Amino acid sequence: MSGPSTYEPKTGIERWLDQRLPVLRMMHDSFVDYPTPRNLNYFWTFGAILMLCLVVQIVTGIVMAMHYTPSITEAFSSIQRLKRDVPFGWLIQNIHATGSSMFFLAVYIHMFRGLYYGSYKAPREVLWILGVVIYLLMMATAFLGYVLPWGQMSFWGATVITNFFSAIPVVGVPVKEWLMGGFAIDNPTLNRFFSLHYLLPFVIFGVVILHVWALHVTGQNNPDGIEVKDKSDTVAFTPYATIKDFFATAVFMIMFAAFVFYLPDALGHPDNYIPADPLKTPPHIVPEWYLLPFYAILRAIDFAIGPISAKLGGLILMVGAIAVLVVLPWLDTSKVRSMRYRPVARQFFLVFVLVCLALGWCGAQSPDKVVWQAGEFSIAGSYAAGAAGEQKLTATGNTLEEVEKTFGKQLAGAIASNGAGTLTKTVVTPFQFKVTQFSQLLTLYYFAFFLLILPILGLRETPGRVPETIAKAIGAKRAAATERGA
Amino acid sequence: MADHAVPTHAGGEEEPTRRDFIYIATGAVGAVGAAALVWPFIDQMSPAADTLALASSEYDLGQVPEGQQVVIFWRKQPVFIRHRTAAEIAAAQKDDAAPMRDPQTDAQRTVQSNGQAGKAQFLIVQAACTHFGCIPTFGGGSFGGWLCACHGSVYDTAARIRSGPAPLNLVLPPYVYSSDTVVKIG
Repeated sequence: MSGPSTYEPKTGIERWLDQRLPVLRMMHDSFVDYPTPRNLNYFWTFGAILMLCLVVQIVTGIVMAMHYTPSITEAFSSIQRLKRDVPFGWLIQNIHATGSSMFFLAVYIHMFRGLYYGSYKAPREVLWILGVVIYLLMMATAFLGYVLPWGQMSFWGATVITNFFSAIPVVGVPVKEWLMGGFAIDNPTLNRFFSLHYLLPFVIFGVVILHVWALHVTGQNNPDGIEVKDKSDTVAFTPYATIKDFFATAVFMIMFAAFVFYLPDALGHPDNYIPADPLKTPPHIVPEWYLLPFYAILRAIDFAIGPISAKLGGLILMVGAIAVLVVLPWLDTSKVRSMRYRPVARQFFLVFVLVCLALGWCGAQSPDKVVWQAGEFSIAGSYAAGAAGEQKLTATGNTLEEVEKTFGKQLAGAIASNGAGTLTKTVVTPFQFKVTQFSQLLTLYYFAFFLLILPILGLRETPGRVPETIAKAIGAKRAAATERGA
Repeated sequence: MADHAVPTHAGGEEEPTRRDFIYIATGAVGAVGAAALVWPFIDQMSPAADTLALASSEYDLGQVPEGQQVVIFWRKQPVFIRHRTAAEIAAAQKDDAAPMRDPQTDAQRTVQSNGQAGKAQFLIVQAACTHFGCIPTFGGGSFGGWLCACHGSVYDTAARIRSGPAPLNLVLPPYVYSSDTVVKIG
């Protein structure tokens, strides 16, 4: 992608350094003169925003570690002390806690961007997979971090998640006890979670470097999904992309700050202000919002499939929901990269985004919650009349009188056609569509999107006409705009 | 490989040199050494001696009035000791033949770990739901036993799983009655 270096050392010191460690040359070629597709939209600013999020989490996290005590007797109070007594501790703690949500918000937009514009397709498969690795590491880090304040949700969230491992046949329970360092979540667990929570962000940083490296080898994708052909398709990274990134980051920071200063607890759970109690499970355990869709997939499986128990089945699907992203570059068969030129795929993508949001909603609800039911009342009965045999009758409605009336009509019809007989009837619960069933439907679509829709659609759809170059795409867009204006 | 003259066989194959030998020998020692070092770094995460030392606890059952339960810790895990009423025992025994996910009779639910029959009025089970480890509450569900609010598993008065996602009955900790009223768990 990047051609011959255009870096020219200006001072003697720079020339001296360039001959010994050409680090300034690398920065210049990567972030100043780096050719950037000239059609990038604001969705391409989330890389920079995410970089900032990572730095914010590391800086605030290092500061918090100076005040935190990783011990079950003192962890909760040390966080309260940080929030109440340490100068500006409240600010740093709010930034760190809210920052994790902002980090995930940005990463989800970044990922949906990649899905929509086909950024995972050749030659960017490794770039995409490194992104999935970063996402996995982020989830692990967020989970470990959420345990550290040692509130009720910390403790029981950790209990539920470490119990996932007990679903694995044979080795599950020993692995669980090895992870916890005991037979229940306890001090050894808290200490190792703290150690790993401190380590993983730096591992993420390392993988981010690989991610950016891979990006600079293949070059950026762009909203039209057309490879850069020559200089007329690109602009220099500085000032064009730099200023755009700065502006978008500033807007993002305003939203971030609104949460930090006005809604610091809006994205958390009140239960985590109760110190952990191993004897009392909160009535409703939910993970943080960014893990809810996966939690919904986990709970969607409430039936055993042959030798696979419901518990293991849910775990397999939850892991599969992320694993499928790794193989996505080979599942999507379409030659056209951007969904801008795939009118049919675009519809399915829109549904996919809605499904992900709905899964998030399901994850936050009690599995028994009724999403929809046929009516307030329902009567089921059977009418047996001589030779005609038994006939099933059901009626559903919103008032008991209405239901009785409908039922009466059906009964009258049965009597008219079959003659006298015996009737049994009972008031029953009307048909209910619960959160679990809703989650099952959504989970089905989630997997179908990757495993059926994308592979089949790529072979069968008729894509729109893709412009030959980015410059031509922009020209066509301008011409259309002028036409509309005239 | 050395770049100066290398002695060769008649067939033209290269004779192994001293460097080849040292390379393989060092590599082998290094690999075994690394493998031997990995284990301590993995095993340090297992339950430590002090955690394992908590492996048994004794409890005086006289403290639990009929129709009530206590929650005690065994290996840092909560354990229910329930003093069942005659009605609860009868309800559990009546369902012994009912279809169940993890079939067990009421007698099997109160057995001691040495194989001898326990006391029907005392049900001693680990309090962690076999689904994802939440603590069920007594008095919920439609079987007169426990309900786990996390994902809706229902246990009967013998703590057997009757409906919901949990795969197994609440687990019996190993215990023996060390006297008529004292139980030793672990």
